[in-house]
Amino acid sequence: MDLNTLWFILVAVLFCGYFVLEGFDYGVGMLVPLLGRDDRERRLILNSIGHVWDGNEVWLLTAGGAIFAAFPHWYATLFSGFYLALFLVLVGLILRAVGIEFRSKSASPAWRTTWDWLICVGSLLPALLFGVAVGNLLLGVPIDAKMTYVGGFWNLLNPFALIVGVTFVLLFLLHGALFLSLRTEGSLQKRAASTAFGLWLPAVVSAVALLVVAFFQTPLFAGGILGWLLAGAAAVALVASGLLARAKPGVAFTLTALTIILVTVATFRALFPNVMISTLDVKNSLTIYTASSSPYTLKVMTIVALTLVPVVLAYQGWTYWVFRKRLTSASKLEY
Amino acid sequence: MLARWQFGITTVYHFFFVPLTLGLSILVALMESAYVRTGKDIYKQMTKFWGRLFLINFAMGVATGIVQEFQFGMNWSEYSRFVGDIFGAPLAIEALLAFFIESTFLGIWIFGWEKPSKKLHLAAIWLVAIASNLSALWIIIANAWMQHPVGYVLRNGRAEMQDFFALLTNPHLPFEILHVLFGALATTAFFVLGISAWQLLRKDSAHTAFFQRSFRWGAAAAIIGSVCVMLVGHGQGQWLERSNPMKLAAAEANWTTKDRCEFLVVAGIDEKNQRNDWGLPMGSMLSVLAYNSPSGVVKGMKDLQAEFTQKHGPGDYIPPVFVTFWSFRIMVGCGLLMFLLALLAVWRSRGERLASAPRWLLGAFVLGIALPYLAHSTGWLMAELGRQPWIVYGLMKTSDGLSLATTASEVLLTVIGFTVIYGALMVVDVWLLRKYAALGPVEAAD
Repeated sequence: MDLNTLWFILVAVLFCGYFVLEGFDYGVGMLVPLLGRDDRERRLILNSIGHVWDGNEVWLLTAGGAIFAAFPHWYATLFSGFYLALFLVLVGLILRAVGIEFRSKSASPAWRTTWDWLICVGSLLPALLFGVAVGNLLLGVPIDAKMTYVGGFWNLLNPFALIVGVTFVLLFLLHGALFLSLRTEGSLQKRAASTAFGLWLPAVVSAVALLVVAFFQTPLFAGGILGWLLAGAAAVALVASGLLARAKPGVAFTLTALTIILVTVATFRALFPNVMISTLDVKNSLTIYTASSSPYTLKVMTIVALTLVPVVLAYQGWTYWVFRKRLTSASKLEY
Repeated sequence: MLARWQFGITTVYHFFFVPLTLGLSILVALMESAYVRTGKDIYKQMTKFWGRLFLINFAMGVATGIVQEFQFGMNWSEYSRFVGDIFGAPLAIEALLAFFIESTFLGIWIFGWEKPSKKLHLAAIWLVAIASNLSALWIIIANAWMQHPVGYVLRNGRAEMQDFFALLTNPHLPFEILHVLFGALATTAFFVLGISAWQLLRKDSAHTAFFQRSFRWGAAAAIIGSVCVMLVGHGQGQWLERSNPMKLAAAEANWTTKDRCEFLVVAGIDEKNQRNDWGLPMGSMLSVLAYNSPSGVVKGMKDLQAEFTQKHGPGDYIPPVFVTFWSFRIMVGCGLLMFLLALLAVWRSRGERLASAPRWLLGAFVLGIALPYLAHSTGWLMAELGRQPWIVYGLMKTSDGLSLATTASEVLLTVIGFTVIYGALMVVDVWLLRKYAALGPVEAAD
């Protein structure tokens, strides 16, 4: 395997980590005003991700940094092409980050409710728009011979991309509700579990629509049996997670995590060896070779990544272990 | 032009929060170390009080930091293509090496007052402090390369990395990183001094002892920070005369090359006719500053322009002189004032002198909070504008780095969007900092 392929896989791994970890963060964030009945419950919901959301967001920063370092043309074309969409993602992330920290800094109910909704919207925007981005990557976008995206903003909001966006939102909501039902107790936990159960059907319907359209419009199932296996496994995991949502939330949460990983892997597999497909001319598509850094940079970055990533995984895993206990209404809340 | 505005606004805004994060993380870590060593409650209170302000500030730094990483691709795609082979690496390493540690262990620190042991909790804040400062190192490695490109080769129409270690040993790097780190320490020091002085001004304050001690900590940090920044800054100026004489010439409004060059304290600059209408000169001082000796040839902008034209073809190679000149003077002026205030703070810190400090002096320290912020905003203006028209010095012009995919109206929309959001958040941030600074230690420790 050459370094270009290795870095393609590494970027895919980083996005798997980002979507799985921030997936439940976004889900929980969207659920704050919807599920929390009073101030204390809302704080409990936020505290369930309080110690991890920031670390989880670094997966996105690292994925962005990795694309920049390993595939500068991909970074340049993608980020300048999906310009306004990324701007909205940034707005969401800013409001979310600030909201989580600032929400409890004033006791006024109006202040807290405002931030709760800003956190909700700030979680919804990246969930939706990353789905839209994935949809467009699968469809391919107009890229000219200078590797520049020429489609404009509205072109990104096509039906298929929106279906993927909605699916992402529902999947993350489900993932987040299951996470909450693992981290809380009592009536809040019951509500989280039944919310997860209620979200299951819309998520499945939306996922089926996604797969059907993808079959006709995208390379998701192209090129042999692997595409079918990945998509099929993702569908099975999603269906099973809903059925187990109430009886076995731990298993159900693992299954939604698995669904997210399978969807991400299926997407990257469908793209490979392209990183961005051009709908104008196949020759304009960016591949892991035409978009990449020099062999020297890839070598340096490989050494760096292979040294650091295991260490990061170790200590991030450790924090989940330290804070593994459920949050109860009796727990002392750090505001 | 709009994209430059956007980069300028978002970067200066982001750098409003960064220095305090860098410095305060260290100071809070030192406070908690004192607590763990001595077991004295006052140090725990100090850790919690200043830690709370640290967190409010940190949230803003994180939120605005993501924008920084994304906008290279969003607004500057052609720049990203040209330099990605080199520039992307330190950014990716920054995330892997620094941001992960910083965010993960900050989570432990916030939520782990009770759970792991005292020592582990202390280790967490030290890791946050070290990682924050490491992240500064990596982003400055990237910026130092833009100021002074090394270890590259031009190939395939872009700058490709040839020697990773050359990036790390860039001669520009030590000046720039030390300037940033000591500047951050000074910023933190004046933040602590100002808030402590503000509290000491309140007659009803029940926390006099607490804020007197905080003031002393601030005084120590202020003198170290401001003296070191001046020393580093002086070295940086001399390095500039060798590495980017145009920037130095613009910062000093020096149009012609001369020996025993005078230093203009202030000047009326006429950029169109490339001369100064008037000025307040100090004989040979610029040569002294550049070479530590009155004789030494300092290059002027007109001659440098001719040199550049010969090397890179026709074009305007002179940076915006007026802004560069004046931002440099504001930065240095703030630095000198900070040094004087730091001396006063140290002198007043000894023994009982703090309790009898006159009110105007304490008031001056409250106003002094603004000085470092003014200094690093103008400092970045000078550093970045003084490099114009280059985005990467000598290699790529700023106008060639812009994205091709974005339209002017899209950029305008995001400029307005960021300005509105950032403006609103700044109001909220200052209001919260003020509120928690006013609350004092007991309530903050709940």
